[in-house]
Amino acid sequence: MDELIFFINRVLISGTVLGSIYALGAIGVTLIFGILRFAHFAHGDMMTMGAFIAFVLATALAAMGIILPLPMAFVVMPVAMVLTAFIALGIDKGFYAPLRARGAKPVTLLIASIGVTLMIQGLIRLIFGSGTKSVFVAGESKDIFRFDMSWAGGSRPINITEPQLIMFVVTALIVVALHFFLTRSRLGKAMRAMADNADLAQVSGINTALVVRVTWVIAGSLACVAGTMLALDVALMPDLAFNIVLPIFAAAIVGGLGHAYGAIVGGFLIAFAETLAVFNWTAVLRPLNAVLPDGMALPANLALVPTEYKLTVAFVILVITLLVRPTGIFKGASS
Amino acid sequence: MPLIELKHVVGGYGGAPILNGVNIAIEKSDIGVIVGPNGAGKSTTLKAIFGLLKVTGGTIEFGGEDIANSLPDRLVPKGLSFVPQEKNVFTSMTVEENLEMGAFTRKDDYSETMTWVYEMFPVLAEKRRQPAGELSGGQRQMVAMGRALMSRPSLLMLDEPSAGLSPRYVIEIFETIQRVNQEGVGILMVEQNARQALAFASKGFVLAQGQNRFTGTGPELIADPEVAKSFLGG
Repeated sequence: MDELIFFINRVLISGTVLGSIYALGAIGVTLIFGILRFAHFAHGDMMTMGAFIAFVLATALAAMGIILPLPMAFVVMPVAMVLTAFIALGIDKGFYAPLRARGAKPVTLLIASIGVTLMIQGLIRLIFGSGTKSVFVAGESKDIFRFDMSWAGGSRPINITEPQLIMFVVTALIVVALHFFLTRSRLGKAMRAMADNADLAQVSGINTALVVRVTWVIAGSLACVAGTMLALDVALMPDLAFNIVLPIFAAAIVGGLGHAYGAIVGGFLIAFAETLAVFNWTAVLRPLNAVLPDGMALPANLALVPTEYKLTVAFVILVITLLVRPTGIFKGASS
Repeated sequence: MPLIELKHVVGGYGGAPILNGVNIAIEKSDIGVIVGPNGAGKSTTLKAIFGLLKVTGGTIEFGGEDIANSLPDRLVPKGLSFVPQEKNVFTSMTVEENLEMGAFTRKDDYSETMTWVYEMFPVLAEKRRQPAGELSGGQRQMVAMGRALMSRPSLLMLDEPSAGLSPRYVIEIFETIQRVNQEGVGILMVEQNARQALAFASKGFVLAQGQNRFTGTGPELIADPEVAKSFLGG
C-alpha cells in the first residue's frame, strides 16, 4: 500500500501539476502558431512575466495589511491575467505586428520572439534581481493537505499542497471554458476558422485583426496562470519558465500544432512521460526483494533517466512523434 | 443604376498591372460570366473587386458607392460575397460551422438564412455535423456557396465554380447558380467551361490581356463567329 501511495504522490500528483503547466503554456503556443503561423519562443518568458506581475500585486496587497485564507498570488491572479494580456497585446503591436505588415517570414518572427525573450528576462533581472523569490508574501506558508491512508493499510499519507489543489481546479475550469469558447462562441469559431484557412476567413468577412487580438489575450492570460501556478508550486525566478519552454513546444507539436486539445493532451503526455522516466521504480518494486533469491537485490535507484536529464524525455517523444506521426496526435496545422 | 460597375479598372499585385482597363456592369437580375484565355485577368478581376489586390486606376462602384481597395470585412456587410476557386471550405469545421462563418459579419438572427441555404442544398442539411473536409468535391462547392450566401449578399462572385467537378456536378452547380439568381442575387462568375456557362449568362464578358474584347449576352457571344473561333475553341 505504501508503494502505491508513494507512486500517487510522486507520479500522479507531480505529473498532473507539471502537465497542467505544460498544457496551459502549450495552448498559448499552439493558438499563436495556428493564427499567426510562427513559433512564439518568448512564451515561457510571458509566463514568468505573468508570475512576477502576480508577485508584485500580491506584495502590494500584503503591504496594505490584507490577509486572506488563500495564497495572495492566487487571489490577485485575475488582475495579473488582465495585465499580462495587455502586455502581450503591446508586445504584438510593438514587435510582431510591424513585421507581419511587412510580410516577414515565420522565421523572422521566431527570431524576433527570441529577442523578446531576452528583453523580458533582462527587464525582470533589472527590476527584481536574479535571485529566487517566494510568491508566498507576508508570512504565508504553503499549506499541505495530508490524506491519512491508514484505513487502507497505508502508513504514509497522500500529500498535496494547496497550490497544487488550486492548480487542478483552475486548469480543469480553463480547459472547459476554452472548449466552450472554441466550439460555441462566434469568436472562438472564427479563431478555429482562421487557424484552418486564414485567406478564406478573410474572404468570409471575419475581422482577422480582432481574432489576432483575442489570440494574444487568451495566450497571455493563460501564460500568466501557468507562470503563477509554477511559481506557487516551486519558486519565483527570472528564468522560471524559460527552462520549460522546450517541453512546452514539444507538447504543442506532439499534440498537433494549431490544435488546442492537442496541446492539452501533449502537455500531459510529456509531463507524465518525464515524471515516469525520472521516477525511482525501486521504491515501488521493493517488495520484490523478498522473492528475489539471496544475494540479489534491486539497485537503490531504478530511474530510467537521471533527474538532470529529464528534458531529454520531451525530445525523445518529440522525435518519435515527428517520425511516426508528423502532424501530431491530432492533425495539426503544419509541422 | 447597375448593381456593380467597373470602369477602366487597372490593377495588379505591384509590378506590371494585370488588369488594363476592365469594364463590367451587372444588374441584380443578371448572371454575368467572365471568360477568356489563361492569364487574361478573369480571376484577378474578381479579386480586384473584393479588395484582394491593389486597384491603381478606374473605379469600382457597388450600389453607387466607390468600393475600390476596400477589404472583405467591409465589403461583406455591404452585400458582396466571394467564393474562391480553391481551398474554399474550412476543412476541419463542420458544414454548419462553415455556414456560420459566412454569417460572421451579421449581428441579427441568421437562422432563417441557414434554413434557406439548407433548402437550396438538401445534401448539406444531412451532413451538417460532418467536417467539410470529409465531403466530396461537389459537396464542398455547395458548402462554399452556402457559406457565401449566409451573409445574404446582393452580389455573389464565384471563381470557377465548376473547376475539378465531374460533368454531373457541373450541371448541378450551374443549375443551383441560376436558382440563386432567381432568388434575387446578382451573379458574377469566372468560368473555364465557357460555352456551357455563357448559355445561361445574361451578360458575358470576354477578357484578354486584362481588357474587354467582347461584351454581350451569353447567347450573343456564343453565336459570334469571331468569339467562337478565338475563345470558345471553334
